[in-house]
Amino acid sequence: MKTQKDIDTNPEYKYGFSTDIENIRAPKGLNEDTIKFISNIKKEPKWMLEWRLKAFNRLQSLKEPNWQKPKYPKINYQDLYYYSAPKSASGKPKSLDEVDPKLIETYKKLGIPLQEQKKLSGIAVDAVFDSVSVATTFKEELTKKGIIFCPISEAIIKHPDLVKKYLGSVIPISDHYFATLNSAVFTDGSFVYIPPNTRCPMELSTYFRINASETGQFERTLIIADKGSYVSYLEGCTAPMRDENQLHAANVELIALDDAEIKYSTVQNWYPGDKDGVGGIYNFVTKRGACRGKNSKISWTQVETGSAITWKYPSCILQGDNSVGEFYSIAITNNHQKADTGTKMIHLGKNTKSKIISKGISAGYADNTYRGLVDINRKALNSRNYTQCDSLLIGNKCGAHTVPYIKNKNSSSTVEHEATTSKINEEQLFYCNQRGLNQEEAVSLIINGFCKEVLQQLPMEFAVEAQKLVGISLEGSVG
Amino acid sequence: MLEIKNLKASVNNRDILKGLNITIKPGELHAIMGPNGSGKSTLANVLSGKNGYEISGEIKYQGKDLIEISVDERAQKGIFLAFQYPIEIPGVNTNNFLKTVLNKVRKARGEQEIDTLSFLKIVKERLSELGIDEKMLSRQLNVGFSGGEKKKNEILQMKILDPNLSILDETDSGLDIDALKIIANGVNSSRDKKKSFLVITHYQRLLNYINPDFVHVLSDGKIIKSGCMELAEELEKTGYKKIN
Repeated sequence: MKTQKDIDTNPEYKYGFSTDIENIRAPKGLNEDTIKFISNIKKEPKWMLEWRLKAFNRLQSLKEPNWQKPKYPKINYQDLYYYSAPKSASGKPKSLDEVDPKLIETYKKLGIPLQEQKKLSGIAVDAVFDSVSVATTFKEELTKKGIIFCPISEAIIKHPDLVKKYLGSVIPISDHYFATLNSAVFTDGSFVYIPPNTRCPMELSTYFRINASETGQFERTLIIADKGSYVSYLEGCTAPMRDENQLHAANVELIALDDAEIKYSTVQNWYPGDKDGVGGIYNFVTKRGACRGKNSKISWTQVETGSAITWKYPSCILQGDNSVGEFYSIAITNNHQKADTGTKMIHLGKNTKSKIISKGISAGYADNTYRGLVDINRKALNSRNYTQCDSLLIGNKCGAHTVPYIKNKNSSSTVEHEATTSKINEEQLFYCNQRGLNQEEAVSLIINGFCKEVLQQLPMEFAVEAQKLVGISLEGSVG
Repeated sequence: MLEIKNLKASVNNRDILKGLNITIKPGELHAIMGPNGSGKSTLANVLSGKNGYEISGEIKYQGKDLIEISVDERAQKGIFLAFQYPIEIPGVNTNNFLKTVLNKVRKARGEQEIDTLSFLKIVKERLSELGIDEKMLSRQLNVGFSGGEKKKNEILQMKILDPNLSILDETDSGLDIDALKIIANGVNSSRDKKKSFLVITHYQRLLNYINPDFVHVLSDGKIIKSGCMELAEELEKTGYKKIN
């Protein structure tokens, strides 16, 4: 039998360290000066500052939403830093050799080697540290194909036409409180442009790291796949262990033109807080993709294991005829973690298809909600949706909820919804134990099986990592 | 190999095993027969270490007390239970499962982990020995398997893990004659001087193929009669009621 001690000794959150580095910060508080500070330090053109200020003005008339299941104490927006960057990164290093060794070391500890000689093969990485991008690998190789992969702060300066055309075109600046807040104060993130008829030859990925305390991270990512192009993009996230709750409010916009495809994968492993629910990241994120062209496709895959609260609905607006939207999700909540996540599939074009596969796992005292909207417009003839939501409960103190909203406004379209809720099966555990696997290995095996349809959507390089993460997140959850 | 003395087991204050004694030496194959509700499956569960039983008495395995040892450790030490109702585990590939558990057991035995290619070679050998279709490997573990396929998969696992003590819990129930032969073949080809077997069954059928060294009759939580193959034949003719 396992002793109580064995069960209690959770391995620490592996990425919980912080890097001691000198920072440049904007003064605390949310006001026009802060926005001007950010815009100024990033040497932004005037139109960008105006755009930000417009969003800030709009924010004054918006209220923080409160309809979500996980409640949280009121955030004091005036008591946050909106910009924090390592001093050494302020002058924008020109090559990887010039990046502060402390930062290189940090990413190395996170398993993301940035040095030229040790770069991850086949994956180009943009590394975002608090409010700035500190390095981007494989830039030249990509440039040869006409692919732009750079920090968004760089794109604003170098590719203003593309940014002006597409930024805010999927998530308008007045969209909702957090999206508008992001539009006003966003600091960095990635920008991707794939030219027509180009297949991006490698995985693009951004690794987000929160390091500084009392700081919100406002990531902004914009990905454009021009006609007939294809890109697979992955983001990873970690943060130090702290007693405070830190806010990560990102906006991610995807645009797929005619016959283009974007595959967007997330492995979200923000610090989840300790066993008693102290600390952890508030992950309040707006992710939305527009299948703007005909026959275009956007596929979201998310593995959400971290954060104190995860609140996000990566969505697809299926505008082009025959366009396809997909959402594959694993949300794991343990201890006192909470998640309210799902997707929105808005069918506007004819013959549009969407597929939703959601796997929610709750353990400890956690609470996990799937919330999803399927909205088939009157003119979206012959459209189809298939939704499958499976929830798995471990123990008897956690919760799982499924809240589907389905609107079908024409009679030629079909919507299918399947949902199951089950508990982890004692007989399955016994079977695995009898073959020699201990309790944690057995749980990991069964959960990975439960999540298989989603895990197999991940790019190969990350599938193995994600499988391990699924196991680790639930360690100690079965006594 | 296995020494059970005055074993008592109860669930929710209901006594199921009421002082059971049995000794199995290396190389021996013992059969336990008994009517429904006599405690056969409880015995299999208790030996493998399943939770939920109040236990007293003594179980010694290879000379060491077994009762305090967890299910997975017992398995790693070479105790294998072929389940009466093998459970389905969706999404888990059979081949991966076999490899994972074999490596776990090998590690416990102080052997090196086996690589994918050598593993595949072993599995394919075992499959062809047993006459099982290779397609089983690429399916999800027991998911959508017929009753016979599930039992064959148990025997395949037994062959691959190569345990010291195999407990077969009514593995023969509900099998057609061909599947029954595969099971018997699996047991017979594993028998040697060091391996022991405890075969739990309702019927003489399987025993005809595997020739047990001893046959015990379990009734109301106790062994009420022990003997050789003749005892099984007698039971088949007269039924359990006449034995006392």
